[in-house]
Amino acid sequence: MVQLLEKGSASKMETSSIVYDTQKLNLWYGNHHALKNIDLQIKENEVTAIIGPSGCGKSTYIKTLNRMVELVPTVKTSGEILYRERNIFDANYGVEELRTKVGMVFQKPNPFPKSIYDNIAYGPRIHGIRNKKVLDEIVEKSLRGAAIWDEVKDRLTTNAYSLSGGQQQRICIARCLAIEPDVILMDEPTSALDPISTLKVEELIQELKEDYSIIIVTHNMQQAARISDKTAFFLNGEVVEFDATDVIFSTPEDKRTEDYISGRFG
Amino acid sequence: MLLISCVMVKGGFTVGQKHSAQKLSVQELIQKSSGKKKKKLIEKMIPIILLLIASVSVLTTFGIVGTLIVETVIFFKEVKVTEFIFGTEWFPFANTEQLFGILPLIAGTLKVTAIAVVVAVPFGIASAIFLSEYASDKSRRIIKPILEVLAGVPTIVYGFFALTFVTPLLQQFIPDLKIFNALSPGIVVGVMILPMIASLSEDAMSSVPNSIREGALAMGSTKLEVALKVVLPAALSGIMASIVLAVSRAIGETMIVSLAGGSTPKFDFNVTESIQTMTAYIVQVSSGDAGYGTTIYYSIYAVGFTLFLFTLLMNYLAHVISKKYREEY
Repeated sequence: MVQLLEKGSASKMETSSIVYDTQKLNLWYGNHHALKNIDLQIKENEVTAIIGPSGCGKSTYIKTLNRMVELVPTVKTSGEILYRERNIFDANYGVEELRTKVGMVFQKPNPFPKSIYDNIAYGPRIHGIRNKKVLDEIVEKSLRGAAIWDEVKDRLTTNAYSLSGGQQQRICIARCLAIEPDVILMDEPTSALDPISTLKVEELIQELKEDYSIIIVTHNMQQAARISDKTAFFLNGEVVEFDATDVIFSTPEDKRTEDYISGRFG
Repeated sequence: MLLISCVMVKGGFTVGQKHSAQKLSVQELIQKSSGKKKKKLIEKMIPIILLLIASVSVLTTFGIVGTLIVETVIFFKEVKVTEFIFGTEWFPFANTEQLFGILPLIAGTLKVTAIAVVVAVPFGIASAIFLSEYASDKSRRIIKPILEVLAGVPTIVYGFFALTFVTPLLQQFIPDLKIFNALSPGIVVGVMILPMIASLSEDAMSSVPNSIREGALAMGSTKLEVALKVVLPAALSGIMASIVLAVSRAIGETMIVSLAGGSTPKFDFNVTESIQTMTAYIVQVSSGDAGYGTTIYYSIYAVGFTLFLFTLLMNYLAHVISKKYREEY
């Protein structure tokens, strides 16, 4: 009880550092109720992992945060998601504006079929940056930020598809960094990668934490344990438990969390 | 009593049958099957038959090209190659001195083709963008077949349409426009090749993976930015190929230009006056009564060969372009 009170007061004091405040979020795909009364607060400069078995709604949730989920025509939502204290579902909140602030890295690397340079420069260009010198600088900085500059600096004009899967994924991360977003959403970013590439991306996430708030969906519980500060366990569209990662992995409160973490299902 | 024994016998029989069926394995049945040899023979024959069928079209092509070359060579025994290529006057029906400079016919063809491209490319690509990026599944399912029907309209109908509808309509705005001109058939040829560009470009754009669109949308792109800056470049090889293919159809188009273009070969850039294209000339001579063996008779082969070179060039261009612009994904 005392612990709960402490937690409550702490979260009130730190409202300024909350990037995403999800309140009573419900989501339906047609008649399928995919997210049920989600309440989740995500803090600045932390890595928040979302774990859970397939079909639990974790990917749906992360795609709701930048409203990419609305590409599915039958989607309906209720409730609120406050991003920096503004409801992202507000009619006058443009999705383009939101997505300029909130970048996303996908499950399968999806670079554009363009040169490495043009991939990174795409974001700045569509947002109005034309100056070649500035673009050069952004491209180098972003590629360095994604720890891939040394590997590609001599072939910036080659097609991004000539790179390996792991490199492509880091190009996608660099592409995301190029517009210096506030939050980076990652939807199982390493599930299509080999172990070495996975390790590189994980190290990268640790570095990126300094400047960005990261929300990562992962199938891999060890990965969540290794890289995240907070972990949310989703099951059947509900948040079963949300706490510091070490608490979730050592002394979970809910029996279902414990069962999932210990590999009894999922 | 009799009935009962009958039933009993019958019952016993069925049981016996079942028993023997259990013994018989499917593998044995397959072994016994009589169709085996026949099957082997068919398997051997099929590739030969298919090869024969496939070679029909190849042989036809060789036959056509061969005929063209043979007759063209005869033509060039009577007319100098340089005169044919560089001559700016085409008067095959002159009584005193026939002139066979193909440039006026090429000019006629290029005028019509250029107008057609100006009409078809922007409209075709815009339709493709709409169909692939904006239209709902339902409207795409309705619109695309309609577009493809437009491609199936007989060209003679288009020719009619150009002569009896488009030309009078254009004359309201351009009083100088002659009844036969390059503008009207050019526009109508453009309308004719538009569905081809739209449909093939739409195919190329639709085959760009959605993950790439999502990547662009997630960066805060608008739908138009995704269409123009990501999908269009990614599908460029297919789009270019569709344009070149359409141009090659415009060059070879015959009925529309025969009906609405006129028969006055002129080497200039005027689109309001009567012209003659290479194809229209061939129609004119073929349907007229040029005697076999005359220079005029052979001239249609030389013109046909030139036309063939043009379309060959376009096809080669399509090949090179689709290779060069291929953006792999």
